[in-house]
Amino acid sequence: MVRVDGSGDGTSLVRVRGLDKKYQRGGEEIHVLQGLNLDVDKGDFVAFMGPSGSGKTTLLNLLGGLDVPTRGSITVANDEITHMSAAKLTEWRARHVGFIFQIYNLIPVLNAFQNVELPLLLTKLSKSERRAHVETALSVVGLADRMKHFPRQLSGGQEQRVAIARAIVADPTFLLCDEPTGDLDRKSADEIMALIEELVGSYHKTVLMVTHDPLVAARAHTTLHLEKGVLVEGHKVAQPAGGGSI
Amino acid sequence: MKFSGIILANLLRKKVRLLLTIGSFAVALFLFAFLGVVRDAFGRGADVAGADRLVIINRTSIINTIPLSYRDQILRVPGVRYVTHNNWFGGIYQDEKNFFPQFVIDPENQRAVFPEFVVPEDQWNAFLKDREGAVVGARTMERFHWKIGDRIPIKTTIWGGGSWEFNIDGVYHGKQPQDDETQFWLQWDYFEERIPERIKGQVGWYVLRVQNPDESPRIAKTIDEQFANSPYETRTETESAFAAGWVKQFGNIRFLIVTIGAVVFFTLLLVTGNTMAIAVRERTPELAVLKAIGFSDRSVLVFVLGESLAISLIGGLVGLFLAVLAVPVLSKALSGMLPRLFLSSTLLAFGLGTALTVGIVSGALPGIAAMRMRVVNALRRV
Repeated sequence: MVRVDGSGDGTSLVRVRGLDKKYQRGGEEIHVLQGLNLDVDKGDFVAFMGPSGSGKTTLLNLLGGLDVPTRGSITVANDEITHMSAAKLTEWRARHVGFIFQIYNLIPVLNAFQNVELPLLLTKLSKSERRAHVETALSVVGLADRMKHFPRQLSGGQEQRVAIARAIVADPTFLLCDEPTGDLDRKSADEIMALIEELVGSYHKTVLMVTHDPLVAARAHTTLHLEKGVLVEGHKVAQPAGGGSI
Repeated sequence: MKFSGIILANLLRKKVRLLLTIGSFAVALFLFAFLGVVRDAFGRGADVAGADRLVIINRTSIINTIPLSYRDQILRVPGVRYVTHNNWFGGIYQDEKNFFPQFVIDPENQRAVFPEFVVPEDQWNAFLKDREGAVVGARTMERFHWKIGDRIPIKTTIWGGGSWEFNIDGVYHGKQPQDDETQFWLQWDYFEERIPERIKGQVGWYVLRVQNPDESPRIAKTIDEQFANSPYETRTETESAFAAGWVKQFGNIRFLIVTIGAVVFFTLLLVTGNTMAIAVRERTPELAVLKAIGFSDRSVLVFVLGESLAISLIGGLVGLFLAVLAVPVLSKALSGMLPRLFLSSTLLAFGLGTALTVGIVSGALPGIAAMRMRVVNALRRV
């Protein structure tokens, strides 16, 4: 269940209250988010839409602990992240957030296996355990046979799949996707969206996604529009039931 | 160790740049080692000087002489064990470029005062019996392919001029690798016999051994006071001070070499620092992604420092290895122009330490910048 009016009952996975974000640009103060509220339950798939500069990516950065709000609070799985130190936030991101970026952001000198393994290097898993996790993640995204391939040897869609495998390999609390299909052709975009839908449907992942594309947004359970610094509900679809964990 | 794969992959990212940077490190460390070797060679006299040896020279200058008659008075000073005397012969063998130091020695006391120079007993006895005899350091023997029994002509413009001929009766070796094996010793009696009457009975300097090095200041003071207000006032100093003063005649070699070494060090620092700054700038988005997915600021610093340290370690080892190979060859080629070149383990360790210091310093600034980088700003640049 997704709510934007601050009426959540405290059981939500993600709870945002009174979120403000102001920037200084060229001496001018820009008030991007203004008292924004949001409640997202586990297993929700939410798309954020809005014109350029409306604050979609800013919201995603705040939810992912990459940026700090001017005012307000963000609570994820009962951890309030808005008052965490930078070091604590880094640790928190490693455990709870899987990032998927528009242009994949893979490390070009590491192969697919090594790129996916990166988040696991921050855990206490043994080498064999890490290998098992990476192989599972790459199987989920359909690239088990491309483990030794470097990013330059993969298509855009395959690179994004590796990025998704990297995002899910440590089994984070939720996935944050910033224009995950923005750099892909329609066919590859469909495949990536099908994969994200599978992560939500089959593995019960919570996904928060920013997109410009109405067709991509339509694949989410809920589409929210950022207007004048607050979220406004778009349309809702029925959530698929059940699911496991990777 | 989990991060070593990432550091290695980043190192090999631009292979040409890596090779050039390692190459500049290797060349700089080679030069560094060579300069260090030359500096050590010039300073070795002071370093290997016997702690229990004092040198007495004419107070006016080393080129002014002192009477031989002082010897007995010096020997009577309490605490003095042995006294010997030397003169600088300064002759030329065939050509000026064939330089090697020639000393007129007092055979009776030479070995007692300089026990580090070893001559086989039979050769020494042959030398004592031969007024035209000479004992030559092993390195000079090897340099000119001389052998015992050879007759060597040496021209001099100092001691009445002319060509003097000597029979090689013996070869001396140093007990330690850094001992000077280039000297040519000739007999005082033969020298005294041939020089003009007006300069007979004059020695260049005395070298004496004392019973207790702690008493050296007192002994030096007593000797100098004894000859004060005479026509030949003396200056008595430790052998290391004497050797250091000798080197100063060539100019301030140490200062020159240290200055060149410092320039090499800072040039290397700038080259490597620039390379690391470019490398880090190029991969700002990647470092931002690593921080986004949970790598700490310290991990990012480790990646950058690990890379610069690896470059400095490899480059340093290559440069020092080349120096180990080249120093004996250069030593042979520069024989006669410079004292024996010897690459000590201390110098190797210092070179490696310097390389690692450059690695840390050059990686620190871009590493700290990467640490402080804000992920949001860096991702916006993508």
